[in-house]
Amino acid sequence: MADLSTNFLGIKSPNPFWLASAPPTDKQVNVLRAFEAGWGGVVWKTLGSQVKNVSSRYSSVDYNGYRIMGLNNIELISDRPLDINLKEIKECIRLFPDRAMIVSLMADNNRESWHELIKQVEDTGAHGLELNFGCPHGMTERGMGAAVGQDPEIAKMVVEWVMEAAHIPVITKLTPNVHSVVPTGRAAVAGGTHALSLINTIQSVTGVDLDTFVPNPNVGGKSTFGGYCGPAVKPIALKFLTTISQDPLTSKVPVSGIGGISTWRDAVEFMLLGATSLQVCTAAMRYGFRIIEDLCEGLNNWMDEKGFATIYDFIGKSVPTLTHWEELDINYHIVANINQDKCIHCGLCYISCEDGSHQAISLSYGKPYNTYAIKEDECVGCNLCKLVCPVDNCITMKEQRHGDEYLNWKEFQRRGLPLNDH
Amino acid sequence: MALRNNRLTNEEYDEHFSDIHPPFETHNAALVEANRCLFCYDAPCTKSCPTSINVPKFIKQITTENLKGAAYTIFSANIMGGGCSKVCPVEKLCEGACVYNLMEEAPIPIAKLQRYATERAIHEKWPLFTRQASNGKKVAVIGAGPAGLSCAHALSREGVEVTIYEKEGKGGGLMTYGIAAYKVTPQFCQEEVDYITSLGGIHVLYNMQLGKDVLLETLQQEYDAVYLAFGVGMARQLAISGEQLNGVVDAIRFIYEIRTKGYPEVPVGESVAVIGLGMTAIDAATQAMRLGAKEVTLVYRRTEAEMPCTAAELNIAKLDGCNIIWLAAPKEIVGENGHVKTLVCEVMRLDERKLPVGTGELISLNVDMVIKATGQLPYTMAAPKIDNEHGRVLINEHAATNLPGVFAGGDCVNGGKEVVDAVQAGKEGAKAILKYLFREVE
Repeated sequence: MADLSTNFLGIKSPNPFWLASAPPTDKQVNVLRAFEAGWGGVVWKTLGSQVKNVSSRYSSVDYNGYRIMGLNNIELISDRPLDINLKEIKECIRLFPDRAMIVSLMADNNRESWHELIKQVEDTGAHGLELNFGCPHGMTERGMGAAVGQDPEIAKMVVEWVMEAAHIPVITKLTPNVHSVVPTGRAAVAGGTHALSLINTIQSVTGVDLDTFVPNPNVGGKSTFGGYCGPAVKPIALKFLTTISQDPLTSKVPVSGIGGISTWRDAVEFMLLGATSLQVCTAAMRYGFRIIEDLCEGLNNWMDEKGFATIYDFIGKSVPTLTHWEELDINYHIVANINQDKCIHCGLCYISCEDGSHQAISLSYGKPYNTYAIKEDECVGCNLCKLVCPVDNCITMKEQRHGDEYLNWKEFQRRGLPLNDH
Repeated sequence: MALRNNRLTNEEYDEHFSDIHPPFETHNAALVEANRCLFCYDAPCTKSCPTSINVPKFIKQITTENLKGAAYTIFSANIMGGGCSKVCPVEKLCEGACVYNLMEEAPIPIAKLQRYATERAIHEKWPLFTRQASNGKKVAVIGAGPAGLSCAHALSREGVEVTIYEKEGKGGGLMTYGIAAYKVTPQFCQEEVDYITSLGGIHVLYNMQLGKDVLLETLQQEYDAVYLAFGVGMARQLAISGEQLNGVVDAIRFIYEIRTKGYPEVPVGESVAVIGLGMTAIDAATQAMRLGAKEVTLVYRRTEAEMPCTAAELNIAKLDGCNIIWLAAPKEIVGENGHVKTLVCEVMRLDERKLPVGTGELISLNVDMVIKATGQLPYTMAAPKIDNEHGRVLINEHAATNLPGVFAGGDCVNGGKEVVDAVQAGKEGAKAILKYLFREVE
């Protein structure tokens, strides 16, 4: 049995899975049920000046019968009175002292408001604070949320205000609504934040209702840009996470990974790219808190299989393998191979290669089944056929190096080697 | 023992003859299956459909909620795509070729999805096709069955005025009169014919039999071309003694009566033997059972490996409780007081060429009804000047008969195949006729 316990800046939790700041963490009844189900911790839904929410609030992107591939919301921070939230946070900590209780904050834009809010939250016994610099809707118009996260100078200033008052660990949550999260991440670290978390939601329009012509979600005939999350955003989250893990300054602080984590496999990927704790929201909103069982068991089994005793044995392991394009080995070459015994003759590899790639698959007509084969000389090893093939391990890529030595683009140019020499 | 009608209660009839393959109940149920479709390139299902329906395309159109597009994709290849979705032996056509079979997974329920798209179109009378302006040409079509309707629709779309001569009181041919009632309802058959003819330019004259009410020579004079699609209908005789006894009926007639008279009106025996094992034999056997026979036995002179019906059809019969006697050929029907009492069969064996030969051993079945389902013969006597071979109308590669301007297709040419084959024949016939008509103009 691997040890899943996590120590994030001294914030301990029995497993790395925290519920992200969102509707599942906005009141005691939810949080207690989550803790009973086995969640390692929660980030309590953002506290700040009380706000008013609208109805409706969520909309989704569905794809080929899969519902909620992506979710979008226009909810604001907690709309419940501050004193009730504080009382409930305290109660949850009392009932489950072994779980991480982090409270998300978004105070008004002045030092006093932040100081006052931090003091009140610390009085509950919370273990950490998360600064919401990411909320992409509603709060930005007031100069808060993503408006802070998009401006490194303001972000640094706010972090500095926070650090003046905070006695418990501070995590700064970054917005992905920027070309790079590194500048704000650096600013937050420079401002003194103990840790970073990312990503917050991505500003989006999920779609337009073809009958009413109003985009989703429809609030009485109007809509607004919402925050995008769910499985669809994972690749974007992983990219931003990697840039934080690779930067010399931001890599010095622990990172809590967020963005479309739905399964233990997603979780492992976030950890391999540098996350120490993981925040889950959409998957829990969709399936309920019970998913924690498989998240923990799957992670545990994988760690046992790989021989990792603790999560610290593999965090960040994949970071060095992500490099710049010009460092890649040009002499490395693969070609596709179709296993004719497994082939079901659907022709998807053929048509995608024909129309979408390099015309490297041949077709022999048959009734009703055609036969498809790779033209190795034409194959550039792009993987497309393998990706579209519906049968596991039917199309595999086999290595056929162009040369034994490692040769990258910079060296290729330096030597003046001929282009388009496939 | 004797033939008797009205054996069951009305509720029992309704239950026995309700839809054997119920449709999708919800849009979501259809979407789940439609989304499984891989959208194969040069799809095996399409290649295995005699009318070459672009199956992946129409299934994708269902997933995008473009149901009109889906219906158009189906109907433009097969104007009887609605009926075919209920009666096609899909396990040996499209669904049998689905690549999922090669993955040991359930194939896409293509027929059910096709039904989903087409039923809506038919019920809601979507006007998916428009006619070209009239070109002044007139064509007579004999028979309002699948081949005739398909040909008429294709011709009318191109601006030809079509008159169909139909010997029955309703259109649809075997779809209406020759298929088990639990597969298609009379109401659906009617709606389907109405939907096809709603295109305009198609006039159906019912109760008009070729050779009796109208002569081919007359039609040749009055129309620019004639398309013969009168199908099959005469049951092949067994040519054994006792065939004239009361209680010996032919399957086509038996099914026809079920389709035209209403279930309680059709007499059926206690103990029934059905000779043959084609689709019609199965339809007759299962329906005899469903009309209240106590025991139904299918008698087939070869083995399961040679049977003309599909395994799925055989299963329907088995599930209905029908018995099967393999390798037995009827030898004699013995009667008492003019009525069937015993069917005597000879036990057969297969020779090297898989042909059945008698062994001399006899078995007797005590039955009070014998249904003959050993194939049908076309009505070639309706058009005696047409060349035929064993009763099948002879045509060349352009669907043309030996008489100028007279074309033919469907069961009367092929001796009796699937509805979908007849629809394709009708399309090909229309194409040939159009070529013929407009070459004449030039």
